[in-house]
Amino acid sequence: MSTAAAVLSRPQIERSTADTASIYLKEAKYEFLKNLRLRVYTASVISFPLMFYVLFGLVLNAKETIGATGVPTYLIATYGTFGVMGASLFGTASGLAADRGLGWLQVKRASPMPPFAYFAAKFALSMSFSAVVVSLLLVLGTALGGVRMPALELAKLLGTLVAGSLPFSAMGLAIGYFAGPNSAPPVINLFYLPLSFCSGLWVPYMFLPKAVQKIALALPPYHLSQLALGVVGAGRHESAAIHWEVLFAFTLICLGVARIGFQRDQGKLYG
Amino acid sequence: MIATLEAVSTNDRCGSAIPVASLESVSKNYEQIPALRNVNFSVHPGEVVALLGPNGAGKTTAVKLLLGLMPPSSGRARVFGQDPVNPVNRIRAGAMLQVGRVPETLRVYEHIDLFSSYYPKPLSIEETLAAAGLEKLRNRKFGDLSGGERQRLLFALAICGDPDLLFLDEPTVGLDVEARRTLWQQIRRLVERGKTVLLTTHYLQEADALADRIAVINRGQIIAEGTPAEIKAQTGGKQIRCVTVLNVGELLQLPGVSDVRQDREAVVLHASDAEAAVRALLALDPALSGLEIASAGLEEAFLALTRAN
Repeated sequence: MSTAAAVLSRPQIERSTADTASIYLKEAKYEFLKNLRLRVYTASVISFPLMFYVLFGLVLNAKETIGATGVPTYLIATYGTFGVMGASLFGTASGLAADRGLGWLQVKRASPMPPFAYFAAKFALSMSFSAVVVSLLLVLGTALGGVRMPALELAKLLGTLVAGSLPFSAMGLAIGYFAGPNSAPPVINLFYLPLSFCSGLWVPYMFLPKAVQKIALALPPYHLSQLALGVVGAGRHESAAIHWEVLFAFTLICLGVARIGFQRDQGKLYG
Repeated sequence: MIATLEAVSTNDRCGSAIPVASLESVSKNYEQIPALRNVNFSVHPGEVVALLGPNGAGKTTAVKLLLGLMPPSSGRARVFGQDPVNPVNRIRAGAMLQVGRVPETLRVYEHIDLFSSYYPKPLSIEETLAAAGLEKLRNRKFGDLSGGERQRLLFALAICGDPDLLFLDEPTVGLDVEARRTLWQQIRRLVERGKTVLLTTHYLQEADALADRIAVINRGQIIAEGTPAEIKAQTGGKQIRCVTVLNVGELLQLPGVSDVRQDREAVVLHASDAEAAVRALLALDPALSGLEIASAGLEEAFLALTRAN
């Protein structure tokens, strides 16, 4: 019997929708609280993008423009992408790797917790912290960088970036299923930092070396940043549909890899 | 929940009733290494059973099989007459497992609040806090708890759903005497409420203090089973220390001697019938010296039992 069939054919606990919703909400609430109180997480995930933005967007290049867009506006899109990636990767991968490696996930699995509540909570955490990072960037830019955006554009930028949390949360799950509890953070950085650089999140795309520019086209963060830049009118005028498709395909690939890890774990567990 | 328990308890306590949990001819291998070998074992309604054995004996493996956290290599595990992977069973069973790390930034009541939400009819948070002796620590973060308090929180998470069956995997490992006794009291209170408990431990004393029945497990096999009194009778006996010219082979031939170990210049024998053994010893070695006879400690007796296996 294949694992998937075994998992699907199992009888499920009968719960009212309200009870199920309440479990999902509590799981998400406590996942959020747990990480909010975790200084390693909040400090690295929120402060780094903000510090970079203050330094390169507000202190150093505030009066410069890239194309027709002011640097403070341009960098909200790119550091926003950087922040979303960090919140999502660290939000899912490091917690999952530690919970898996050190037995906590087993305690939860021995309980009647609906398994997807655990993953949903991690995705919700990533999205909320992404929203926090992007909002703070917008506040800083508006208050100190002279960034002016119509409300609709503001909402669209925030929405795009927060939606962009999903592919990187999926990527985090994939990493979390293959990294050990202690090796997860360095492994995340191994992906996070080079991907950020090569996708033009630190140095705008047009200033990247030609070779790196070619690589960037294949990288998911590039596509998210182009969508965000598109909202503020600073994109490279490629089709938005293609960017979304790349991100969607990337999400599916990551979920596929995570599923292999999930089944490998269940394999130890369910054969 | 209580009604179900009463329904099953109308059958004889340890008798013919359908077991609440059982391993039927179960073997489990990790890669090629056997962890359990053809184990038959069952827990009946209202019983407290201790699975007693040294580290690596297969105790945790047995618990994980019964929790449906992994499949047996052969044979089958049953809980409430069903496959343990059936999530419906999880509502009626609680588990305290050995954990390396619990989210440290959540508070005691937050952990309990979350786990309680998984169950249809949980105890109130206050009841759970009281049952685990955590009332005063409700606002403490997990990371600020002592070892004993941490174990009590894991215990609280195991009981918060008011389960009929409880798995406690080495609940007191690493705890000091006082913390251990506190947890014992809490387990006893639960037993008084008619719960069925499967407990693993490597302390004979703990099994003796809590269990109606003990199954001694070593190297993946159950080597002795019975009431604590029966197990103690099997593992009882005396310890004889002396300096003798007899070799280990000869000593093991002596009546009632189950174990021989070298201790500096002397040998230490474990004998079920000390008088007979000493009589034979003196007959065989008139030059024997330094004779001491002492009651074997419970732990030593248990060691003798597992070593003989």
